[in-house]
Amino acid sequence: MPLVDLKVWRGDDNGEYISYLVEYDEGEVILDVVHRLQSTDAQDLAVRWNCKAGKCGSCSAEVNGKPSLMCMQRMVNFTPGEEIIISPMKTFPLIKDLVTDVSWNYENARKVPAFSPKKVDTDGKHRMQQVDIERGQEFHQCIECYLCQDVCHVIRDHPENKDNFVGPRFFVQIASVNMHPLESASQKPSALYGFGLDYCNITKCCTEVCPAGIKITDNAIIPLKERLVDDKYDPVRWLGRIISKGKSGK
Amino acid sequence: MTDYEIEEHEYDVLVIGAGGAGLRAAIESLAFGCSTAIVCKSLFGKAHTVMAEGGMAAAMGNVYEEDNWKVHFRDTMRGGKMLNNWRMAQIHAQEAPDRVLELEEWGALFDRTEDGLILQRDFGGHKYARLAHVGDSTGLEMLRTEQQKAASLGIKVFSECTINRLMVDKKTNSISGALGYWREKGNLIKFKAKAIIIATGGLGKMYAITSNSWEGTGDGHAMAMMAGAEMVDMEFVQFHPTGMVWPPSVKGILVTEGVRGDGGTLRNSTDKRFMFNYIPEMFASETASTEDEADSWYEDHSLGRRTPDLLPRDEVARAINSEVKAGRGSPHGGVFLDIASRRSPEYIQKRLPSMYHQFKQLAGVDITKEPMEVGPTCHYAMGGIKVNAETAQSSVNGLFAAGEVAGGLHGANRLGGNSLSDLVVFGRRAGKGAADYAKNTESFLPIDQIEIDKAIQNMMMPFDNSNGENPYTIHKELQDSMQKLAGIIRTEEELVQMLSKVEDLKKKMLSVTVEGNRWFNPGWHLALDLEFMLTNAESLVRAAIERKESRGGHTRDDYPEASKKFGEINFIIKQVNGSIKVEPRQSDSMPDELAELFKDK
Amino acid sequence: MVSQNTQTESLFNRYAKTLRKDRWWLEPLLVGVGLFIFVMYSTVSAALLGNYWPYEIGPYVSPFFEPLFYTDILPKWVSPAIFILWAPLSFRMTCYYYRRAYYRSYFLSPPACAVQEPADSYSGESTVPLVVQNIHRFSMYGALIFVPILWNGAIRSFYWDGEIGIGIGSVLLLINAFLLSGYTFGCHSFRHLIGGGLNSFTGSKYQLFRKKIWNIVTVINSHHKYWAWSSLIVVGLSDLYVHMVASEWITDINTWNSFF
Repeated sequence: MPLVDLKVWRGDDNGEYISYLVEYDEGEVILDVVHRLQSTDAQDLAVRWNCKAGKCGSCSAEVNGKPSLMCMQRMVNFTPGEEIIISPMKTFPLIKDLVTDVSWNYENARKVPAFSPKKVDTDGKHRMQQVDIERGQEFHQCIECYLCQDVCHVIRDHPENKDNFVGPRFFVQIASVNMHPLESASQKPSALYGFGLDYCNITKCCTEVCPAGIKITDNAIIPLKERLVDDKYDPVRWLGRIISKGKSGK
Repeated sequence: MTDYEIEEHEYDVLVIGAGGAGLRAAIESLAFGCSTAIVCKSLFGKAHTVMAEGGMAAAMGNVYEEDNWKVHFRDTMRGGKMLNNWRMAQIHAQEAPDRVLELEEWGALFDRTEDGLILQRDFGGHKYARLAHVGDSTGLEMLRTEQQKAASLGIKVFSECTINRLMVDKKTNSISGALGYWREKGNLIKFKAKAIIIATGGLGKMYAITSNSWEGTGDGHAMAMMAGAEMVDMEFVQFHPTGMVWPPSVKGILVTEGVRGDGGTLRNSTDKRFMFNYIPEMFASETASTEDEADSWYEDHSLGRRTPDLLPRDEVARAINSEVKAGRGSPHGGVFLDIASRRSPEYIQKRLPSMYHQFKQLAGVDITKEPMEVGPTCHYAMGGIKVNAETAQSSVNGLFAAGEVAGGLHGANRLGGNSLSDLVVFGRRAGKGAADYAKNTESFLPIDQIEIDKAIQNMMMPFDNSNGENPYTIHKELQDSMQKLAGIIRTEEELVQMLSKVEDLKKKMLSVTVEGNRWFNPGWHLALDLEFMLTNAESLVRAAIERKESRGGHTRDDYPEASKKFGEINFIIKQVNGSIKVEPRQSDSMPDELAELFKDK
Repeated sequence: MVSQNTQTESLFNRYAKTLRKDRWWLEPLLVGVGLFIFVMYSTVSAALLGNYWPYEIGPYVSPFFEPLFYTDILPKWVSPAIFILWAPLSFRMTCYYYRRAYYRSYFLSPPACAVQEPADSYSGESTVPLVVQNIHRFSMYGALIFVPILWNGAIRSFYWDGEIGIGIGSVLLLINAFLLSGYTFGCHSFRHLIGGGLNSFTGSKYQLFRKKIWNIVTVINSHHKYWAWSSLIVVGLSDLYVHMVASEWITDINTWNSFF
């Protein structure tokens, strides 16, 4: 079996990178190699994982500096003997080894406005067409790996913004509620303020790292920004509002 | 002994597990005004429910108007080989449609029919197209919807917190609380609760090849039994015939039956379509006998009989097993599932997009060009905590169970799609049952300090031990031997061998030794889970020895036929004075109006 | 089985600027250079040289100067292009793609994904001056006006001296009009106006129609980056070409033989 030089962050903020030579098989992924290390030389190595198939979003880390799921990084893409650096996600406070404290995300989840549906039809059922739900279904593919939150420079490089900015994952969730075909409250523009949409400078790293392939920037963030523009910065709508006000004034 | 600081909490209802069932239970309990908390081993939202693909079965009649709960009930009972708890099956079939609509009300986006209603898809064992679905990620949709509902209600969640012991007031046989630890720092945490709902999911992690994640260690099964609860049907484990076997990273991950439905065939190392050698007499009249006939069946069902590749799951799994044992397996211990040579790349990508991506991304295998390697994988535990069908309460007062950890609904074999609906139907029932119970309970029961001390001592043991084996080694030994001795095909001899293996591993467990400290230490976590896995392994094996017949998810080489006698018996497993006992119990018979449904053919 | 390398490395900082090993700097560098060249060229050609460098010849008018403004009343040093360029300039400056491009290449905010941003503080587009980016909707309305104007110029370029014909210049101007349309009608803001603002597309026939257009715009929009670059390059080349022909540095190959 070939060997790989795994350089893993060990410990808390005062820890260090430790190199391990670990055997691997070409068919494996990084997470398998980390597991082999765990069952042999580093039994207390802290790492999160669940499904190992890119569907649960637990094993988020940074492999050679790139935020990614360890279960989706195949060893065939590395050369034998190559040094692979595995670091915990930078944006969140480190607990130990590869495990970070992601509770900030769960706090944000509670800030997002809840879905409030329209009334059902008289037979007790909702009716929606397939074309109407496809946009929302893309947002619902989110596996909450928080790689988009990790890579977002607004908080990655400026942690002080965490109070005013919920991050790409929750823009996706806001979009999913705001654009839901049955949403009754979505016409209220107030639902778009207070989440830090204007902190995003659309540099698209969230979309680049998303393992679920959600076009976060193009389909969630920019459309939300545009809905905000409708409310605040569209000259045609200004005119429309002035005219309708004038009419109702008479 | 050392004094440990223990964090304490009080809740009317404590839910253990944050999957589809646990979340639904917590939402319901809160709705009844009970203070409610959820404890889960992983981060919130990572439960194994997200891996469910096909859909949730509910007789809504959106696609076939003829469908109704009676047909669904009948399908479920027949699928479970009539060993199901009939009342659970009835409730499940009756309430599933409302639960689907409820998810939609909470924001779920199910695929639609042309009329704008929820679309339903065909699945094995269901007479009509009945599975409400979201592409092939229905479980994710369900979990996320419930998770957001729970978040909006402000339900308290203790995530990455593992419960290790349930506390029971012995005099009244009533639940009093639970003891656990935070995974992050290893600090201890104690809950006083009037009612506890177990929703911990499956136990598949005791097998080497499994579709379950690390969490599937059956904590809930084992803790409930240790607390005195009765278990039922533990011998029935569903092995799905086609799981991935290679590369190692994806061993056990499911390959949908749709591959065979769309023309894929199983082949051995000599490139032979071996299923033709494994057609049991019972199915001979409706199964093709030559390759040509099977192939023409794919073209037009009237031109031939059904291909043997699509025999029932247990038959296919057994055949694959035999081929591998006879040395005709694939290089990595499975068989080949070939669709590449039979269908065009465009067809495969259109019909099986997620399988295409699963193999492409995880295995580097292009299924439009090369065959897949597949083998049986441990998928689902039909058995579990025996519960009251109406309230989901176990035989311990105040202890409730819902989801995979509860037994009874699925009998000897679960139909695809019945799991997701089970979660919400009985999750809700358990939530209501626990809330009612808690409201009628005036005060919290005291927790016996001696029990707490005993549990703590047990939890700290792996640090105090020295020179014992490491938990990973013991776990691997358990997995390998369960796979070999108590897997898909069982014999008395091997089961007895497995029983002594369990005894042996239990001894090793007592001296299991871990490195490091309590600070996020997966080695320690595994060491503590070992006890649960070994307990469940023992329950399973003991029940399997007693069931001297083959039925559903339990196949005995030495008793290959189903027997009428065992067809009316459920095995109850419980712990008496520290040792596990199995007793046969006559199944409840269903009322005449339901029995009527099975009379016509 | 596994041997541990006991040589450990203690890093003073948990992170360097980045741990990425790939050539992450290449894209922002190329983008930065490309944009710089275009900005310099267009400033010189359209703003500075203006009336000093001929921008029309035969049926061809440089797209920087389309439509033609004859400004005899203004001093010669005022380029007529300034009456036109505000529109594409503000449209492109506030475009969601170009914002990404120049934030990365010039503001290094961030230079590439998971590469640390050098600035100490960041407030994005929430404060002055960058809050001005919200005028994108205004400038899109402006840019929409110029689409028919440039098509008019392109079509006109096939007609000279009473004769329908074709030349390299007319082909260039046609391609320019096409690419500019793709860029404008693939704009995120336009996509929003067409259908993005709706939650349901099936309430009426009108909504269903908007959904169909929205689908097309979505496809165009998904390649916005390529429309942005190709239209940028071609508009620059068209301008240069018309100037060079008009200055008699090169001869246009066409069916009219000569413009003189």
